[in-house]
Amino acid sequence: MKSLGSIRRSFAPWADPASKPFISVKNVTKKFGDFTAVDDLSLNIYTREFFALLGASGCGKSTLLRMLAGFEQPTSGEIILDGQSLAGIPPYRRPVNMMFQSYALFPHMTVETNIAFGLKQDGMPKADIAERVGQMLKLVKLEKFAKRKPHQLSGGQRQRVALARSLAKRPKVLLLDEPLGALDKKLREETQFELMDLQQELGLTFVVVTHDQEEAMTMADRIAVMSHGKVAQVATPAEIYEAPNSRFVADFIGDVNIFDGTVAAAESGYLSIETGNGFPVRMASPEKLAIGAKAAVAIRPEKIRVSRQPPAHAPVNAVEGEIWDVGYLGDMTVFHVRLKDGRVVKASSLNAVRAVEDPFGYDQQVWISFGEDAGVVLKD
Amino acid sequence: MGSWSRFNIASIVLGFGFLYLPIVLLVIFSFNESKLVTVWAGFSTKWYAQLWHNQALLDAAWVTIRVALLSATCATVLGTLAALALVRYTRFRGRMLFSGMVYAPLVMPEVITGLSLLLLFVAIGLDRGFWTITLAHITFTMCFVAVVVQSRLLSFDQSIEEAALDLGATPVRTFFAITLPVIAPAVFSGWVLAFTLSLDDLVISSFTTGPGATTLPMKIYSQVRLGVTPEINAICTILIGIVAIGVVVASIVTKQREAQREKDERAAFAQ
Repeated sequence: MKSLGSIRRSFAPWADPASKPFISVKNVTKKFGDFTAVDDLSLNIYTREFFALLGASGCGKSTLLRMLAGFEQPTSGEIILDGQSLAGIPPYRRPVNMMFQSYALFPHMTVETNIAFGLKQDGMPKADIAERVGQMLKLVKLEKFAKRKPHQLSGGQRQRVALARSLAKRPKVLLLDEPLGALDKKLREETQFELMDLQQELGLTFVVVTHDQEEAMTMADRIAVMSHGKVAQVATPAEIYEAPNSRFVADFIGDVNIFDGTVAAAESGYLSIETGNGFPVRMASPEKLAIGAKAAVAIRPEKIRVSRQPPAHAPVNAVEGEIWDVGYLGDMTVFHVRLKDGRVVKASSLNAVRAVEDPFGYDQQVWISFGEDAGVVLKD
Repeated sequence: MGSWSRFNIASIVLGFGFLYLPIVLLVIFSFNESKLVTVWAGFSTKWYAQLWHNQALLDAAWVTIRVALLSATCATVLGTLAALALVRYTRFRGRMLFSGMVYAPLVMPEVITGLSLLLLFVAIGLDRGFWTITLAHITFTMCFVAVVVQSRLLSFDQSIEEAALDLGATPVRTFFAITLPVIAPAVFSGWVLAFTLSLDDLVISSFTTGPGATTLPMKIYSQVRLGVTPEINAICTILIGIVAIGVVVASIVTKQREAQREKDERAAFAQ
């Protein structure tokens, strides 16, 4: 049997021009009065993909999900599911199911009847319903709680009931609205991996809405970062993190240092950028920018080294400063290094060895440096 | 908790005395042997026995109960629908006006409601009697139901309806399988409220009644004009008893349900 990892690595239908998208969102706009919640948005989601819509609240991600479910109709544009337009199809006739943020369990029904509700609407024979409900209870490990009512369950158990109920009809697509938002941190991390395993096991397409970037990074095959009703970038978690396409995405996902400057020189695949006060940066870049153009270099803190001695390539990609703040997080240590011109650079290092003493203390003079492929060049 | 000072005791005695002394007197004199209402002549239940032979009074009671059952049921259906429309469709023009208009009958003087209904019935040539009283009672109790149900719907999590739709239930099925069972307690209290309001209404019934349709309050009122008899005291005592039992049962059921729910929730989080 292939491991999950090998399946995941080889799974990239979006890169294959021959593969057809399962869900196609085409130029969809949704307006509420004067407010534009979703603005001319286009997206493709593929079969068996774990797709995340990530963004701050009010970015339109939930509205998009509700349009997929059928609770909202697009003002303009079209959504196509499995070759069929969803325009005008009410939620109760769509082959998608949704897991709600509030779980939306029916308070007057037991766990069992909650899970059976959707199957009953389809007119499934009683014996089949009982069997399917049994399978779902087993899947979410709630066999012992079948006869309980929602208010007799803990938060984590309710979340599982909601999941089982939305999966019971074996929908083509499962929509998840902040599925782990109400769980505490430990349970959330466990459940993330359970959801991933479940999605692989059942071979379903998942579309999850979340504001939690860690959650999106962990679970999703691809992430759409959204802002003001538009998609800022759609890519795999690694691409989003390592090769953000804009200042917004770089800043939204994780920590980042952004050095503004102008292009000083360009040569085969590299750009030299003067970022002010004698701090020249040379960075690999597939994009060619004109000399004198404004550009910014985005570098993640963990790609920046802190050392006592200047590196060999100084002064390129290296600058002197002093340790301004030290944050010890256990697994890693975060340094804020203040440059001579007042800019503060964040650097972090993994504590791979059990260090009893911090190597760097406050106010110490240090050099920060990074490689020529440590960051990305962003056009302004 | 404060201690029982003399002032507290005095306030309670005065307050409750003010509320219940007349009722207590009525109950006591319903067991009076004498025909004179204000002179005590020993204990007796003969007035209760006599009630069963007073056909006019029994007829009036039967009319009252039929009017109350029918009007409360119709008012509950209409009031619930009105509440749903007002809570759900928040975007239509003139919504404020509509919800104001639902509340207006709550504060409208009964004389005006009764008179305007009478004018309407006369204008459209409806024979006054059982049906006009019922219609009038539906009109004025409906808004009470709407208010009770509306306050429940405001705290109703609409995502459970969306979940039902999402799972394949049509809007009609969603209403009967999800919405109605969840708001049922409020709908039921609306019904009880409408029932009791209809039961003891005198003013509107008097305006809209016709020959052969006399309700119990009307009957009692007309008899009292000829002098209070212990018989009236007896029937009033029975009414008080029914209402009191209803209120006590309702509050006990609510209390027990709450206690059970709390227990369940504690059990769920204790695991």
